Amino acid sequence: MDAMDLTGPVQKTRRLDQVSDVFSDLKIVAFSWAMVGPLTLKFFADYGARVIRIETIHRPCHTRTASPFKDGKAGLNRSGYFNHFSANMMSVSLNMGHPRAIGLAKELISQADVVMENFTPGVMDKWGLGYEELKKVKPEIIMVRQNGFGTEGSYKNLAAFGMILAAIAGIPNFIGWPDRDPLPVGVGAYTDCISPRFASAALIAALDYRDRTGKGQLLDLAQYETALSFILPGVLDYAVNGREPARNGNACAYAVPHNVYSCKGDDRWCAIAIFNDEQWAKLCGVMGKTGCIADSRFDTLLHRKENEKEVDALVESWTRDLSPEEVMARVQAAGVPAGVVENAADLYADPQLRHRRLFWPMDHPEMGVFTHLGASLDMSKTPALARTPSPMIGEHNEYVLTKILGKTDEEFLELLAAGVLE
Amino acid sequence: MKTPVQSAGVLDGCRALDLTDEKGFLCGKILADLSVDVIKVEPPGGDPSRRMGPFWHDIPDPEKSLYWFAYNSNKRGITLDIKTSDGKEIFKKLAERCDFVIESFKPGYMDELGLGYAALSGINKGIILTSITAFGQTGPYRDFEGSDIVVMGMSGSLYLTGDSDRRPLNISIPQACLHAGADAGVGSMIAYYNRKRTGEGQHVDVSMQQSAAWFLASTVPWYELSALILSRVGTFKTTSYGKVVQRQVWPCKDGYVFFFMLGGPQGAKTCRALVKWMDDLGMANDFLRTFIWEEFDMFLAEQDLVDRISGPIEEFFRTRTKKEVLDATVARSISISPLFSMEDELNDQNLAARGFWTQVDHPELNAAIPYPRQLVRFSETQAPTTFRAPLIGEHNREVYGELGLSVREIVALKEAGII
Repeated sequence: MDAMDLTGPVQKTRRLDQVSDVFSDLKIVAFSWAMVGPLTLKFFADYGARVIRIETIHRPCHTRTASPFKDGKAGLNRSGYFNHFSANMMSVSLNMGHPRAIGLAKELISQADVVMENFTPGVMDKWGLGYEELKKVKPEIIMVRQNGFGTEGSYKNLAAFGMILAAIAGIPNFIGWPDRDPLPVGVGAYTDCISPRFASAALIAALDYRDRTGKGQLLDLAQYETALSFILPGVLDYAVNGREPARNGNACAYAVPHNVYSCKGDDRWCAIAIFNDEQWAKLCGVMGKTGCIADSRFDTLLHRKENEKEVDALVESWTRDLSPEEVMARVQAAGVPAGVVENAADLYADPQLRHRRLFWPMDHPEMGVFTHLGASLDMSKTPALARTPSPMIGEHNEYVLTKILGKTDEEFLELLAAGVLE
Repeated sequence: MKTPVQSAGVLDGCRALDLTDEKGFLCGKILADLSVDVIKVEPPGGDPSRRMGPFWHDIPDPEKSLYWFAYNSNKRGITLDIKTSDGKEIFKKLAERCDFVIESFKPGYMDELGLGYAALSGINKGIILTSITAFGQTGPYRDFEGSDIVVMGMSGSLYLTGDSDRRPLNISIPQACLHAGADAGVGSMIAYYNRKRTGEGQHVDVSMQQSAAWFLASTVPWYELSALILSRVGTFKTTSYGKVVQRQVWPCKDGYVFFFMLGGPQGAKTCRALVKWMDDLGMANDFLRTFIWEEFDMFLAEQDLVDRISGPIEEFFRTRTKKEVLDATVARSISISPLFSMEDELNDQNLAARGFWTQVDHPELNAAIPYPRQLVRFSETQAPTTFRAPLIGEHNREVYGELGLSVREIVALKEAGII
């Protein structure tokens, strides 16, 4: 398998200060890490905001220190995770333990519109960078605090990882088999992709409010609460009907067949979902089993539900000899929902996701041509743009200090020598 | 359309028409929670997605869908047949006064009705049209049929979820529509902010597959850099380039505990605190007591080391209840969590302290149901008061009255089956 074949044309890079876009007047100073940080920042960076991430080489984000690395060699600028998620952002390294770092951070904040953070809540307060302090630096600042458990409550000081947050939000109750344990969402840090959407929509509303009134504010959300909202119908079912969720594999109460079916090849599967008799008849036609349409075991939803195992076996007896792509193509051609259960290689090659520019190949100084995560949606007049590859740690120290903070070259070099910019 | 309240909500004065079925509920919900006046527009008789369960007291009734309740609170509701010429005209009048139109029909359907972006922007150049579909408005799969399990399969989620010896698994509450609905909320807001610059709205095109794959595609770096295709490992988590597995779902006395040994600078504190807790109860061995967690790298650890650490921890958790685990978690600052049941969620003291659940009246049901307050708390602007999802056509008179239709006209439209 030659992964690089599919990367396509490398996106052109532009200078970060030469853009005119939705957020080109916006500066965000981000004490943001893990996945939830960059995924929130992407909604602004990809539409023109100047996003300055404050990092430190003394305690780098674990996404910088985690595998996979380019050529298997560890290095702060070589991690696939960090570099996948951080296109269009700048990095300033600031040793927050240095006595002069806080002052420098405040200088930067005084030039910014937004400060974002997602540490455990005590960290920013310890640095004297809580909201009340930030207001003294810049009264109309908007601060977004997106902590795992929020800034209040008895769990607030716990270090929060996505997998833990998903469990406390109850999500694994909805994944699993009746005879087995509940299961985590495959991508462990599930909450990391949920919370950023709520935070970003709210932040844009707050920016609009600031533009109209001159007033900033503090936005405060807990990652795990946003995940809880993704299973809200399950909570209401308990509140009203006293029913806890059951783990039922892929079964759906009102659709049969509704499962993933084994296909030709190693661990290859195709999902098929049939919601009514018409779709069932079409599927039977595609499978060349038209006799099953009126078969009294399968002719109605309730009959199919009663004989679900037989239905699944029947469908699988057909899918087993075909590739998942063939199953999808044939079933979709009949107007019935079916889709390849895509693995990483499939995602990478998926023509629809490529068409939608989910992936941005960009030339990164240490990674070479590397796939950065691209747009999650399409805007007809202001598309998300690939501008610069993910930043190397501290890559923009000089730019930010001299161009944004107006330090002289001498001042910059002195700060560098003093160990503030680490 | 909405009387301004004394202390302003953040987007007070903004209006949205929400034509979506379950694929797009969350978009309007997010806007409604930002104080946008969101009007759900349903076909006469009600939206088919009112058929989605679970139901109030298990009574299947379009006015009793808990799914509908969950994602349509804080919206008003009208009925309107936008396929009729009167319906189209009324819809256009509404769109003239709105900031957002949100829809989830098949690609091209709004254009067929003469209500696509070109038509709507002709009436109101600031209008933002947000479309949510399974695969998006363009591309080779745009006309594919989607359902949650199909879309989640095509986003990479299913392949990674499940036990290694069984088939891939979906999450039983549909998730792709929520990722897409939330993305649509952000996209709508980006378009709204852009409009301040240009005076023009735009078409926001959201794909459930793309929204779900956006983050779930994080397996792509593994594939690109190491030619490794990560697969599902059930209650375990893979580390060390997929060669080593460690448990992350641990049975406890009355349920399950979620925990994984991260070690290193980020995870050492939790691991040490856990061992201390075990030791206090006489259940840690010498090996664990003297283990240097800072030097443990879960990405490089060998399987036998992981197993040697896991054994006593597994034994320990089996002797603890969820409540004991939670109490110790808080008291000792350990990043582990019991798996919360739905009952646990409703009774959780932390959520109670955070004012998370609000009882909302459903007068027709003679009951109150708990809903989350607004997920993002704003220090300066006021959160809207949570009110229950609309009944079918509940605000017809109010909304059409605001539009200037007379009572007689409203009755006539009702008789004609248009509203």
